[in-house]
Amino acid sequence: MSSLLSVNNLSKAFGAVRVADDLCFDIAEGEAVGILGPNGAGKTSLFNLITGALKSDSGTIYYRQADITKHSAQKRCRNGIARSFQIPQPFNGMTVFENCLVAATQAGGMSGSKAEQFVVEVLDDTGLLDKSNIKSGSLTLLDRKRLEMSRALATKPSLLLLDEIAGGLTEAECGELIDSIKRVRASGTTIIWIEHVIHALMAVVERLIVIDFGRMIAEGDPETTIKSDAVKEIYLGVDGGEAA
Amino acid sequence: MLVVLFLVAAPWWAGRAELRLLGEIYLYLSLACLWNLMAGYAGMVSVGQQAYVGFGGYMLFALTMFVGLPPIAAIGVSAVLAAALAVPIASLIFRLNGAYFAIGTWVIAEVFRLTFAQVNALGGGSGTSLPVSIVKSLASSRSGRESLSYFLAIGAMILVFVSIYFFLRSKRGLALTAIRDNETAASGLGVNIWRTKLEVYVVTAALTAAIGGLIFLQKLRISPDAAFSVNDWTAFVIFIVVIGGIGTLEGPIIGTILFFLLRETLADYGSAYLMILGLVAILVMIKAPRGVWGWIAQKYDIELLPMRYRVQLDK
Repeated sequence: MSSLLSVNNLSKAFGAVRVADDLCFDIAEGEAVGILGPNGAGKTSLFNLITGALKSDSGTIYYRQADITKHSAQKRCRNGIARSFQIPQPFNGMTVFENCLVAATQAGGMSGSKAEQFVVEVLDDTGLLDKSNIKSGSLTLLDRKRLEMSRALATKPSLLLLDEIAGGLTEAECGELIDSIKRVRASGTTIIWIEHVIHALMAVVERLIVIDFGRMIAEGDPETTIKSDAVKEIYLGVDGGEAA
Repeated sequence: MLVVLFLVAAPWWAGRAELRLLGEIYLYLSLACLWNLMAGYAGMVSVGQQAYVGFGGYMLFALTMFVGLPPIAAIGVSAVLAAALAVPIASLIFRLNGAYFAIGTWVIAEVFRLTFAQVNALGGGSGTSLPVSIVKSLASSRSGRESLSYFLAIGAMILVFVSIYFFLRSKRGLALTAIRDNETAASGLGVNIWRTKLEVYVVTAALTAAIGGLIFLQKLRISPDAAFSVNDWTAFVIFIVVIGGIGTLEGPIIGTILFFLLRETLADYGSAYLMILGLVAILVMIKAPRGVWGWIAQKYDIELLPMRYRVQLDK
């Protein structure tokens, strides 16, 4: 199993708050991994470290066997690491189509009609095509989340990082989202997904990593991990032994 | 298109005063377009563009007087020199953000002004005139000279406008607009923010210097206070762009027309003219914060110059 991403002894602290504490894990090519943890556990910070929005204090990140720890965010993105933001960050003055075109032409390295055709395909897949010409500032929450994903997909990523993309959606909307994530997965894209909506996460991922206070406290098969004592303890605030 | 042809032919139908005014309008429109590209699209609010206007003007004088270059070549060379100078300046002021950036650019412009005021060969603080022999080298007759400087002005304006249009339509223009809307997301999508801004800053500096050269080729006289005037080359330009509609291609055109209408009708009222300008600026900001063109475009959903990418959904 070749590993696409390899995180080694990664640490980051803001003053006394440790958002990443000696994290080590590997993500295999084509894998779908879920990340779980209470608020403030360091999940989004981990994404920021992987995408290069944050610089780590120590530790290394390898992507395709190359050390990318010192690479800038835009370089990592051009190499195929894309992310969606937990709080949607659209380019408000631009249309949905233009938003994705930025991704396709910058990180995706495409140009002209090839880029435009590709964006149309992505938007068709994520269900935003009929809203292509609307300014992204006037979209609803679901559409903003879809735009976050469309934009990440328009970079033609090898590794897609999704940050709480199902939060705040209705059941039906969530179902649609799971379907499109499954399609992305089927096309061979590796996915790391942070999510509080457990059933959505369980429907897609094949491995779960649980983080608390920047440390990895559990890892493994989703069904067994979610039932582990460590997870019960941080989520239910009870001693795992008693609850079982 | 027809309007442009009609204007190009102006030397054959307009009088001397009109020609001079039109030339001035074109040069102001060019400055406004360039400032709009920097502030409206790249988000770099500079109040120091007079640095490059003055630099271009002084370089025209220096290169023709001491190096013996013909004026038009001197303007080309001064644009290249301005670009070369803009790179180290950018590396300095790009460390600043927002208001600090604005003040930084102003400080740089003041440094330029004080530096040129020290150069005795260029007349020091009181300035100098372009020697008659150089003026004569442009064209032997006065009317020939006036039409030449008119053609240069309209040519420069068309060059500036068309290059900005194609730049914004390109991949880079798209990246630039993305930076304006959200820097974090733009860098997360592979946009090289620093390089994109640097490109805009340097190209704007070069073109602004060329316009500066043309302005002082028209005036034939230069002094540090006129060349590096924050009022003439930045405050009025900002007024034009803000009134017309910042971040739109059409805005500077509308703004320039409005500015010159106000200036020509109110010129006789002295300082009341500046007060009315201020009043107009306040009114527009309250009633149409996105400028006159922004207001029209929003109300009628039109674009004279289509910048957007649209998807044909029925396809």
